[in-house]
Amino acid sequence: MSPESFHTLYKLLGSVSGFIYPNELEIRWSILIVVYPYVTGLVAGAFILASLVKVFNVKDVQPVYRLSLLTALAFLLVAPLPLQAHLGRPERAYEIFLTPNLSSAMAMFGFVYAWYLMGVLLLEMWFEYRRDLVVWSREEKFPMSWIYWILSLFSRDVSERAVKFDMKAVRTITIIGIPSAFLLHGYVGFIFGSVKANPWWSSVLMPIVFLMSAIVSGIALVIVLYMVLIPLKGGKIDMKCLDTLTSYLFYAVIVDFSLEALDFIHRLYESEESIQILGVLIADKLMISLVVIQILLGMLIPAGILVAVKSMKFDPELRKLLYFVSAILIQIGIFSTRWNVVIGGQLFSKSFRGLTTYKMEMMGVEGLLVALVFLILPFIILGVLVKIFPPWKASELGEAKTS
Amino acid sequence: MYRRSFLKGLLWFISARIFSRNGVTRAIASTNPDTTATTHANGKSIIKGYDPTRHRYAMGIDVDKCIGCNRCVEACTVENDVPPEPFFTRTWVERYVIKKDKSVHVENISNGSDGPKERLEEADILRSFFVPKLCNQCENPPCVQVCPVGATFSTEDGVVLIDSERCIGCGYCIQACPYGARYLHPKTRTADKCTFCYHRIVKGMLPACVEVCPTGARVFGDLKNRASRLVRFERMNKIHVLKPHLNTHPKVYYADLDGEVR
Ligand code: SF4
Ligand code: SF4
Repeated sequence: MSPESFHTLYKLLGSVSGFIYPNELEIRWSILIVVYPYVTGLVAGAFILASLVKVFNVKDVQPVYRLSLLTALAFLLVAPLPLQAHLGRPERAYEIFLTPNLSSAMAMFGFVYAWYLMGVLLLEMWFEYRRDLVVWSREEKFPMSWIYWILSLFSRDVSERAVKFDMKAVRTITIIGIPSAFLLHGYVGFIFGSVKANPWWSSVLMPIVFLMSAIVSGIALVIVLYMVLIPLKGGKIDMKCLDTLTSYLFYAVIVDFSLEALDFIHRLYESEESIQILGVLIADKLMISLVVIQILLGMLIPAGILVAVKSMKFDPELRKLLYFVSAILIQIGIFSTRWNVVIGGQLFSKSFRGLTTYKMEMMGVEGLLVALVFLILPFIILGVLVKIFPPWKASELGEAKTS
Repeated sequence: MYRRSFLKGLLWFISARIFSRNGVTRAIASTNPDTTATTHANGKSIIKGYDPTRHRYAMGIDVDKCIGCNRCVEACTVENDVPPEPFFTRTWVERYVIKKDKSVHVENISNGSDGPKERLEEADILRSFFVPKLCNQCENPPCVQVCPVGATFSTEDGVVLIDSERCIGCGYCIQACPYGARYLHPKTRTADKCTFCYHRIVKGMLPACVEVCPTGARVFGDLKNRASRLVRFERMNKIHVLKPHLNTHPKVYYADLDGEVR
């Protein structure tokens, strides 16, 4: 540990209020552990959105199907990095595969992750893109032609029968994929929800709340990406698609909000031993991030905007603007949600008698800068993916209708 | 043929790792900071004739006897290479002052890691006492349950230890311990906590803190030995453990513990 972090900790000694156990001064799970559930949530959310198209045959959101898959992949590739970087001994991470402790929720991470990446996402993408890969490998020049050919695993068959089989495979994988996506993120919620020592985390609702907020954030992200990428590609935004997406977003926000409200009311009503310190925690430490950002800016205001847009007849340009603003607000809100869970849960003492403070590092491994890198990296990966695997055909970009 | 022997090797490697989980050798190697190398090399000779199944270690704390002198904390720091910083510790002493208006003032008098101190008037005080704290060596330890790699484990003689050679420093156990007993050691970057001085007790010695306590507030013993001081301590006192509702089954027993202590 660097002398600077000792220095920070010594300074923090002065800002402790009440009594905490000595070992509780240091916030062990830092901003990186905030980024981790945020990123996995985006993966699960984007994938579940993609599944809507295939399983429930929602034609309206077809234009974002491939984009959602690519988004899920880009974020999934980054998901383990913050975890890895945060370990005290990152070079030993492989131990999780060698001697996993079966009673540990965290030990399952590697397996859930590997399953989701190879068993679901990559497989689904392969079947979805196979026909196009074959076509591209014929149309493109060297070296891209070769790359496409290798990526298609040397297949050449674009007959109707083969393509039909592909589509069937995609559907089947999606059906397996939905519970897998639920598992991927529900399990992240379980990591927190199962810690009985921590009353802020310990709740059976935690996995479900995580899941709902994941769906919210995933849809919101795909909306933003769609609205940014389509004009960049010279296409027209399909308003029908956007209207449907935002409706889903709205329902997801309502369910998410209700679940969190239920959790809150339940705690308040049961009024257990910890209720006092949790009250102080919210009032003293989480006022801005919980009440203002998460609830007001991240939920109530965007939900209000969406209601307004849905009930009044705004013209498409204004609608687009309002959709965009609410999707961004919701995104910030969900990041704040993760912050409030992870950091909030470590700010109060398990003696229930005092609070510590979190001072984010800037430059260190567990600092803001690294966290930002992990948040920006998926967008760079996505940029590359969109280049290699165009999510829209030229014809789709042109003929989109503006209703 | 080649593939076969490779698979065999892999199987060997994995099973060797799994079986090495609960060995006493591993336990000792993982607890004594300065003898790790030698115990690894000749682990057997150091623990000759020691049968862990015949012991069950626990500690008693006589709250009324503690005078808050902190010698236990100092002894522990020296014995176990505990970092000198006040925010990492294996054991500490809390002072409770309950005022006549029933307000409770708690202070850590060992490391001074809590906030600015307030001066209390003697006339306002209802009662006051000291409470030494340490890892409770839980019978049903949440820290062991959550460790993703099995680096934290329970020994057959009832102690919870950390294998610092395997710990990946994820910090999950630190979150899961309800008593704040764990910290991430800044030098090794692995989890650390009280071990009941495992390297001493398997040789029949007392934990360092127990040995130096001038008033006998800390009582150490073997629950499987009827003649042990601890068994007598349990017979003579009303016993309480910390946070019993969490079902961790602590093996640090407090005599005359005040209801305000958490
Ligand atoms: S007191 Fe904490 S560290 Fe010690 S055994 Fe119990 S849960 Fe584990
Ligand atoms: S910090 Fe080490 S001992 Fe604790 S849970 Fe993680 S791997 Fe296990």
